[in-house]
Amino acid sequence: MKTGRLLTGTQRNWPTELWESPLSLPTYRRAFFLLIMLGLGGLASVWFIGEISDRINPLYDFAKTYLEGLGIPLFLIQLAWTIIKAGILLMVPVVNAICVVWWERKISAHMQSRLGPMYVGGWHGWLQTIADSIKLLLKEDITPNLADKKIHLLATAVALAPAIAAFAPVSFGKELVYADIDIGILYVFAVSGISVFGIIMAGWASANKYSMLGGLRAAAQMVSYEIPRTFSVVPVIMLCGTLNIAAIAEAQSGYLFGFLPRWFIFYPVVGQIAFIVFLIASVAETNRVPFDIPEAESELVAGFSTEYSGIKFSMFFLAEYSYVLISALLISAFFLGGGSPLLPSLSFIPSWAWFIGKALFIIFCFLWFRWTFPRFRVDRLMDFNWKFLFPLTLINILLAGIWSAEIKHMVK
Amino acid sequence: MPIEEKTFEKPLELDQMFVNMGPQHPSTHGVLRIALHMEGEVITKAEPDVGYLHRGIEKLFENRTYTQGLVLTDRLDYLSSMHNNLAYCIAVEKLMGIEVPARAQYIRALVSELNRIASHLIFFGTYGVDIGAFTPFLHAFREREMIMDLFEMLCGARLLYTYMRIGGVAKNLPEDWTAKCREFTGFFPKRLKEYDALLSFNPIFMDRTANIGIISKEEALDWGLSGPVLRATGVNYDVRKFEPYSFYDKLEFEIPLGQTGSTWDRYYCRMREMAQSAGIIDQCLEALSKQDMPPDIIAKGVPKILKPLKGQAYGHIEASRGDLGFYAVSEGEFSPYRMHIKAPTFINTAILQKILVGAKIADVVAILGSFDIVLGEMDR
Repeated sequence: MKTGRLLTGTQRNWPTELWESPLSLPTYRRAFFLLIMLGLGGLASVWFIGEISDRINPLYDFAKTYLEGLGIPLFLIQLAWTIIKAGILLMVPVVNAICVVWWERKISAHMQSRLGPMYVGGWHGWLQTIADSIKLLLKEDITPNLADKKIHLLATAVALAPAIAAFAPVSFGKELVYADIDIGILYVFAVSGISVFGIIMAGWASANKYSMLGGLRAAAQMVSYEIPRTFSVVPVIMLCGTLNIAAIAEAQSGYLFGFLPRWFIFYPVVGQIAFIVFLIASVAETNRVPFDIPEAESELVAGFSTEYSGIKFSMFFLAEYSYVLISALLISAFFLGGGSPLLPSLSFIPSWAWFIGKALFIIFCFLWFRWTFPRFRVDRLMDFNWKFLFPLTLINILLAGIWSAEIKHMVK
Repeated sequence: MPIEEKTFEKPLELDQMFVNMGPQHPSTHGVLRIALHMEGEVITKAEPDVGYLHRGIEKLFENRTYTQGLVLTDRLDYLSSMHNNLAYCIAVEKLMGIEVPARAQYIRALVSELNRIASHLIFFGTYGVDIGAFTPFLHAFREREMIMDLFEMLCGARLLYTYMRIGGVAKNLPEDWTAKCREFTGFFPKRLKEYDALLSFNPIFMDRTANIGIISKEEALDWGLSGPVLRATGVNYDVRKFEPYSFYDKLEFEIPLGQTGSTWDRYYCRMREMAQSAGIIDQCLEALSKQDMPPDIIAKGVPKILKPLKGQAYGHIEASRGDLGFYAVSEGEFSPYRMHIKAPTFINTAILQKILVGAKIADVVAILGSFDIVLGEMDR
């Protein structure tokens, strides 16, 4: 039989048996390793700040006595110290964004059977996001001709500033907490609600119809999801009796029956409902898939950020990832017991590692959702919020009331 | 005439907005423009506007010989070039009265089913992106890559094949190609189940697609739809069954039908068609491996330069996007007097102006994506 010529020089091999069971794929195994390594990387960056602050405190005392001896007024010294601390906190969103973006790119890549960035920096492209941020800084900043130029510029600041300010009551390490206020929860929710103004301003000032639709969608979504998000924390507040984030985390230490941690997520029914609602509402608050309708790239091009480029665009990006970190930290403080270990025998791992490790796990969940789910539609999103999440949180508050009035003292 | 008068029949009211979706928009799948009139997020009027990718291919046929014309057909629906080749060859063969040998017929069915899978995989991937799920896209492209490899081994090209010839096909199957192809058909049906788990039955996905863009049977017939868009409404029409070509009457397969004609039905019709196509490929490979099959792959006595007699012929096939037809008119010259292409996506797109009204802007993307348009074919 006459046969045709094989036209390609070499036949390609298809590793089909590996594609069928992804966990046996070498790349997936490497992904697991990478995940741990990247987690440690992100973890170390935040922990570093906390640990340094711990060491620096005696230094501050020494400097204070010395400078007071020189006749410098106390408030000036305190002001300078506050500014230094604020500067460190200011770096948190930036460092976090660089780590999480890299993490996201690697994780999504391995979920999709590719490798992600591999070249910049040598080892698994670890310098990729830094190179990208330098590129964003150097890019031309384009403002559309018809845009309202002042508001167009101001919107980036209004979106980003609250995201950084919201870190104030969150404590890193033992000492570094910018403002250890008693109403920490209220403060975080109130401040992070301001960012939506930045997004509306961006949508309005861009003089672009897609941007405006995105801005309006953002307004509707973020204002609505604020409600179940806040209400789902009410049971936590009721059971712990405080609004201080550190105190709530502290209240969850210890074990029930000697092995079950007193984390809020393990409280029957009440804890689980609150956790799930808070997680969903947090994903919606941070505008990520499946709730990323304000920037839905297949519908609205890029939503409110369509007309932004260069560093202005990356400010929105930075704000988004800051909120992801804040949400993860809050979830680990409210529901996962903050720095308390999972088992008594694991208490040799320091509490900061537990705290940030839990937060990183939640960040991983955020990324996992993003690369698995399709996007909601606007009206279904609202239905889901008002007809499902909101009533659920109200019922949950009732359950928490019953718990704290009737059952709480029995368990103790 | 001022543009305003031409575009709007009545001026927009204060709470209405006019949005040009496309030609530069991430999810119009090329350069389709839809002029949308909206009230908030709801569409009150939609006008699809085609022609941004017009290259005058129908006219170009008139200056090429019949053999040269084959190359142009690749550029129509560039995601399923084999179908275009096949429809063109069938039309010209009808014009000349050429009988195609059995081996070539089976190979034609085989490669067109492979190409159907490749084309539907692109649909699956890009539709996921339209709805906001990115991961299925890369999984779909990984499997499509296997088909591209197979085609590359077969004819050296990965996108524009020009593999068919008038009277047969260009080359016989390479030696170990059959084994490679069996490897693919053994692997692929399992992947389909994974796609279902990943996207088809995802609650968010079903919620977004199951109740929008509904086309009734009557509407579908009135607007002359074809392909999966028609079959999703429940109309049982497939050229492969009702006017068999390339030995499709000797192959066993089912035609997946939808029930409601919704966007999800259109999507799932394609998913089930892929499974059927994999079955057809297996049958073709089985038939080709029989020893008593004559080795001819091209009809005997086809001249180098074709010069059909005066006359006309219409050949049509079931391409991946619908009923693709070539209408050739010959005046007895070396090149056709007229070559008309009945492009399924062009005809299917017309119904958009009806079903988009009342939808939300997010639905526009979902509905448009479910039509699986390729602008190369629509604008020609």
